Amino acid sequence: MLWLALAPFAAAALAPPLVHKLGAKAGWILAVVPAALFLGYASMVPLVAHGETLRAGVDWAPSLGIRYAQMIDGLSLTFALLVTGIGTFIVIYAGGYLAGHHHQGRFLAFMLLFMGSMLGLVVADDLISLFVFYELTSITSFLLIGFDHTREPARRAAVQALVVTGGGGLALLAGLVLIRLVTGETSVSGLLATPDVLREAPAYTAIFVLVCLGAFTKSAQVPFHSWLPNAMEAPTPVSAYLHSATMVKAGVFVLMRFAPVLGDTALWGTVLPIFGGATFLTGVILGVRQTDLKQILAYTTVASLGLLVMLTGMGSEHAIAGAVAYLIAHALFKGGLFMVAGCIDHETGTRDIDILGGLAGKMPLTFVAALLGCLSMAGLPPLIGFVAKEVMYDGLWELGGVSIATIVAVAGNALMFCIAGMVLLPFFKRAGAMPKKPHEGPASLWLGPMVLGLTALAAALALDGAVEYFVAPMTSAVSGHAAELHLHLWPTGLYPPVILTLVTIGSGLVLLLLYKVLRAAVAGLLDVIGWGPDRGFDQLLGALVRCAYSVTLLIQPGVMQRYVTATFVILAVVLLAPLLIDGLPAFTWPTNLSEPHYFVVLGSAVAGLWIVIIAKKRLVAIVSLGVQGVMVALIFMLYGAPDLSFTQFMVETLSVIILALVMTRLDLEATDHRTIGHKTKDAVISIACGLGFAVLLYGVVQQPLDMRLSDFYLKYAYDVAHGRNVVNVILVDFRALDTLGEIAVVMSAGLAILALLRLGPLANREPAPPGGGSRPSNASEVSA
Amino acid sequence: MNSLILRTISPFLAALMMLFSVFVLLRGHNEPGGGFIGGLIAASALAIYGIGSGVDTVRRAIVVHPNAIAGAGLFMSALSGLASLPAARPILTGLWWLPTIDGIEIPLSTVLMFDVGVYFVVLGSLASIALTLEEGD
Repeated sequence: MLWLALAPFAAAALAPPLVHKLGAKAGWILAVVPAALFLGYASMVPLVAHGETLRAGVDWAPSLGIRYAQMIDGLSLTFALLVTGIGTFIVIYAGGYLAGHHHQGRFLAFMLLFMGSMLGLVVADDLISLFVFYELTSITSFLLIGFDHTREPARRAAVQALVVTGGGGLALLAGLVLIRLVTGETSVSGLLATPDVLREAPAYTAIFVLVCLGAFTKSAQVPFHSWLPNAMEAPTPVSAYLHSATMVKAGVFVLMRFAPVLGDTALWGTVLPIFGGATFLTGVILGVRQTDLKQILAYTTVASLGLLVMLTGMGSEHAIAGAVAYLIAHALFKGGLFMVAGCIDHETGTRDIDILGGLAGKMPLTFVAALLGCLSMAGLPPLIGFVAKEVMYDGLWELGGVSIATIVAVAGNALMFCIAGMVLLPFFKRAGAMPKKPHEGPASLWLGPMVLGLTALAAALALDGAVEYFVAPMTSAVSGHAAELHLHLWPTGLYPPVILTLVTIGSGLVLLLLYKVLRAAVAGLLDVIGWGPDRGFDQLLGALVRCAYSVTLLIQPGVMQRYVTATFVILAVVLLAPLLIDGLPAFTWPTNLSEPHYFVVLGSAVAGLWIVIIAKKRLVAIVSLGVQGVMVALIFMLYGAPDLSFTQFMVETLSVIILALVMTRLDLEATDHRTIGHKTKDAVISIACGLGFAVLLYGVVQQPLDMRLSDFYLKYAYDVAHGRNVVNVILVDFRALDTLGEIAVVMSAGLAILALLRLGPLANREPAPPGGGSRPSNASEVSA
Repeated sequence: MNSLILRTISPFLAALMMLFSVFVLLRGHNEPGGGFIGGLIAASALAIYGIGSGVDTVRRAIVVHPNAIAGAGLFMSALSGLASLPAARPILTGLWWLPTIDGIEIPLSTVLMFDVGVYFVVLGSLASIALTLEEGD
């Protein structure tokens, strides 16, 4: 069970070579992986239906309490089956849809990576793995949306999706960290076992807001919804999979996952229905306006997600059962309808419902699949969509009769009915000028939608089984206690929810007849509003870039002198500020300077310093500065640190050599040309820094020396690391990882310096490129 | 640099320094020395050789580009750290072999390999910079 969820990643690695060998047929072979996974998860259905929760896991970072753990309950299992089941047909479909595309291998790999991320997310039991897979779905969907990366809109959509959902993911991470801090729990199952701890915690509001931010951005709730329709820039198989059936439901999944521990509060019961309801209405209203099949479907996805969030927020058993049934129904019909849209696009060359027409006869199989999908979407019997709508109305009526939520649901569903009719229009009405002559597509294109449509039909006809094995276990998992559900396919009387259904269908029919009027009205309304979150996103990104640019100009002016001045001024402030607050350390004149060689060292250092200050030429100053370093090396030697002293000598020598070499390459005046004011400023800064360091070091020397670390190394250096030179043993054995990092830094710094040197006068030696380019005016002087 | 004395002596001096740098590298585990300081000495040797006899001579003498030496060193150090994984020890744990050749025990270890890697990184990076700078003269 543990490794099942990781199988798609392995399959993703196989995809490119397989496509290379087999071409488009690879889709059929790769589909074996999700199909096998589907069967694997399906075998757990009876166990889970009897109320069991399966768990497995391995330690990941045990010292931090992080495991890679999985938990399979009703919620994760239904999601896992949707991900793998729909995924199977999507992989087959992608094989046919992108047949002959030169990046098909890459595409299938991305697709399988996405599948793995989504699967990992839904079965995650550990909070950290939950987050990791959550963000992985953002990253893989970024890759998929931007698959057609030569097109600017695709790139923009991909970036938008990544920024919105990735940003939300960070909020989710913060929420998860807070959850861990409050409860000390790292696993989801642990959280579910103590449901009241979070609700009563003072940080509840913060956790709620952060988790909601993560879920709302991912599930495209208002005002974050605009990335989802834009994501239709991706190839249709992607839209069919990510943006209808699975990915966008990741947010809903997170809400459902945390519903037992975060739900059932006033905040939850207000915020979720408000945002969900607003999203629901926004989605259907914007959907009516579209003429592109994919755009229409995309907006209804936004709407459906809103509906799911709203119902999850309501929190009663029937409302949740409605959400669960609708989630399953939506995954089936939307996945299928997207594939139908892609199929029509593939065979006719357009997706515009105003142009398309008369397809029922020419594409009969596609038509049947579309009909099943649309009936389910419209909420008509005998499909699972109808059952979902019934139980949803049941739940809403139970909670408050004719309430705002009920009205929102009826209005939204009526519009949804209208849109389902609009999607079916191309099969009946008179055709416009289609770019291609329509005919039935290959099996790989109609198989998926057909199976999904038939599943929706079968689920409704065998309703008791569907409820027992899927809806009820999932409802129990979301509501946090075992749910008793009795759903029915045919209404047995004329009670209020049935009346609501009749109202929905009636007004839906009216709306469908007037859909062109409706479309014009919505377009007019939008013209009045004008400025939406999509524009806002562009403005926000633009502002961010401009802000970053001006900040960079401010702190990276590119003038060496300013960097050095800033560094030393800050250093001086940091060193001296504590002295001003705490006062000077008690100063006693050192008494152990009896040996004459101390005076020799000190004298030489002072002499070197004096020469640095009075030197007329830079080269002289550099060499004299070396005297300081050598004297420091001598001090190391005198105090018994031969290793340090040795290294200091070498570093000092090399830095003098390299500085001298650099000097000869720089086009600087040989002599110091600073003005008096400049010199005074430099002197003040350097004296302040020197003073600060002197006092700091003096303070350090006054403290008693802590020998614990030294004693440890002296004791173990030979026993553990077989070396008598403690310094070397620390470098290569005890703290070898640090050294490894440091030599990597040495190497990359070396490469960077080399790049800079090559940019300089060396490049000028070569013949000038045509057109000249900008060069420093002194170039010829340097190379001369 | 046009100095007869330097030009004459630099090959010998450089060879001596090279030898000394290897000596310093190998004794590092028990006496003052080690990869870092050894690499510094070796880089100075190449720098002096370059100043005396010209950069092209040095580049011919070391055959491969100094950057390649540095890269190989980094790779070697990282590899020596990974060697402990098959032995089911944490990464970068030192492993020791003490083969005896002709009655003398020769301590070999991944730690030594690590130190040699450090030596090459320092040698390669610094020599690369120094030689490029000398070329500009």
